[in-house]
Amino acid sequence: MMRTRTFAAHTASFLTLGLVLALGCDSDTPTPSGTPTAKPTAAKDTAPKDTPAEPTPPAASPTTASPTPTPAAATPAGVEVLLCDGETKTTVPAGTPGTAIAGALMSEWLAKHPEREWTTQVFERHGLKPAADNHALIGQGQGQTYGRVSEQDVLVWKTEVETLALAGARVFHNGDELGSTVGVSCDMCHPHAANTHPETYPKFQPQLGRVALLRDMINWCLEHPVRAQPLSADDPRMRALEAYMYAQRSGVTLAYGKH
Amino acid sequence: MTTKRTIRYKSVETKYMEERAQALSGLLNLDRRSFVKASLAAMGAAAAASLDTPFSFQPIRMAHADIGEGFRIAYISDSHLYERDLNDRFVNALLRAVDDVNALDPQPDFVLYGGDLAQLGQAKELDLGAQILKELKAPVRMMVGEHDWYLDMGEKWRALFGEPNYSFDHKGVHFVVLNSVVEADFWTARKMSPMERMKTVAGLDNGWQSSFTVGDAQREWLKTDLEAIPTKTPLVVFSHSPLYKLYKPWNFWTDDAEQVQAILKRFQRVTVVHGHTHQLLTNRIGNIHFHGMLSTAWPWPYAPEGLPELTVQMARPDPFNPQDGCGDGQIIVHPDGLADKLYNLWNRNPVTVKKTYLASKGKTDRPEGSPRSSY
Repeated sequence: MMRTRTFAAHTASFLTLGLVLALGCDSDTPTPSGTPTAKPTAAKDTAPKDTPAEPTPPAASPTTASPTPTPAAATPAGVEVLLCDGETKTTVPAGTPGTAIAGALMSEWLAKHPEREWTTQVFERHGLKPAADNHALIGQGQGQTYGRVSEQDVLVWKTEVETLALAGARVFHNGDELGSTVGVSCDMCHPHAANTHPETYPKFQPQLGRVALLRDMINWCLEHPVRAQPLSADDPRMRALEAYMYAQRSGVTLAYGKH
Repeated sequence: MTTKRTIRYKSVETKYMEERAQALSGLLNLDRRSFVKASLAAMGAAAAASLDTPFSFQPIRMAHADIGEGFRIAYISDSHLYERDLNDRFVNALLRAVDDVNALDPQPDFVLYGGDLAQLGQAKELDLGAQILKELKAPVRMMVGEHDWYLDMGEKWRALFGEPNYSFDHKGVHFVVLNSVVEADFWTARKMSPMERMKTVAGLDNGWQSSFTVGDAQREWLKTDLEAIPTKTPLVVFSHSPLYKLYKPWNFWTDDAEQVQAILKRFQRVTVVHGHTHQLLTNRIGNIHFHGMLSTAWPWPYAPEGLPELTVQMARPDPFNPQDGCGDGQIIVHPDGLADKLYNLWNRNPVTVKKTYLASKGKTDRPEGSPRSSY
């Protein structure tokens, strides 16, 4: 108990700890570890089905005025600190500065969630054509209730749309996420989404006897070469797959109906 | 000539399936010796009467008629087998290729297996592949691909088939088989498990892996191996990746290609036959002629850049037509040591890239291209 009190007495450090912990628990904020600036973050409605579970915010936020962020117990070895996910623990010597404790906790959490960096990983592995650059709009008014376009706006637009496309790349390259029963994924015939030609849809598909949209062809592939269940049009995986294929054909002229 | 017209049109598939059924029923009804006799007699009669030979088997029979003192090699490549319980389609495709090669009459001198027998390098996948290839009547020469290697770094493959690089002489031609899929260590730093390493290499567009090389050790071995070979001896080199630089992001590429080409440069007639690209691919650099091989499992699209000028693209595969763009084929070595390359595209007309096409740098004997280019 003495040690707990010692820890709680580091008021200034504790404030920092609270902030870092809050960052670690906020799913819409980039992780504090040094990652490339272009790295988008997970958007909940687009994340594929086995996107790593976001840490559940605890009932009591660590930023509230309780004397300790989470139950901390003194052990002979030092102070045991619990992250706000209620699971991640680390033990530090008494008197450790709050920033160091926060760093240790984040390292623990990141080690347990390697997939937290999935957007960076997918980008490194498979690449992605960048979304259109809207920087020219910064500072311009919009002629309506919204204010001027800010740098933040432009960054959010790019990050969000690239995240959806990266979610698509991830599904595209993973037979399990596609639900394949034969170990086949899209990239096995379409590396970098080559030869998916989304710009040619809709077109009359003689083999189907009707006009097909890109999603119809995706579903055809899912049912036949991939041997999976077709996806509904608003399935997050379908939305992500379409986003990825369109992203990879950025700059190509639309030519609907082209054979 | 008009009498036949009413029944003249049949689809490629119909003709193929009819002839296949006929050939197979023939095999059931005759023992092998009488079948060979019967088919030779039929061919002779057809040739004498200058009748059309059967549609889909025609190129094979025409090809060996011109060989003279040359010889033929059949090839099967890139089968990417999973275990049969998981995926029977790739298994059936390899069986189809084995049937094709076993149906060649006369038999090829040997069969080259072009690498990527397995999809994830697993012992059961390689065992299954080895078992199926044992059905081939002609002797088999094995080449390794990256899908065979990066789970256990070639341990199982070597146990089944021996060392991945070797050479041999056959009817005056010197053959070299290389392991061109040597990658620098990218896995230790990332703390990857063997399966993670395998799956990274198995992704064609996975940028975490390194580039393919032949490597210092093998290039030294190659130099030594070729030292005593006279310049005039025809040379045929088998490599899994193309021994030139086409498109790095997909490893349609060998990083030390120039150094390997320099070793081959002094020979007057060199043919390199490679797998990995799953498509009709033709190139010439100096005296070296390059040919790709078809896959039995799936076709790859053409790379968005870097395509050699001499390549005439194969038809864009139809996704509704199972096994379209896949196949097997032959290498026909002529007495002068140059080779024709036959692409036996299943479900399509076969394509032959003749030695004269490459020798003339594309001026004569251009293979028939597809009216639809890739997107």
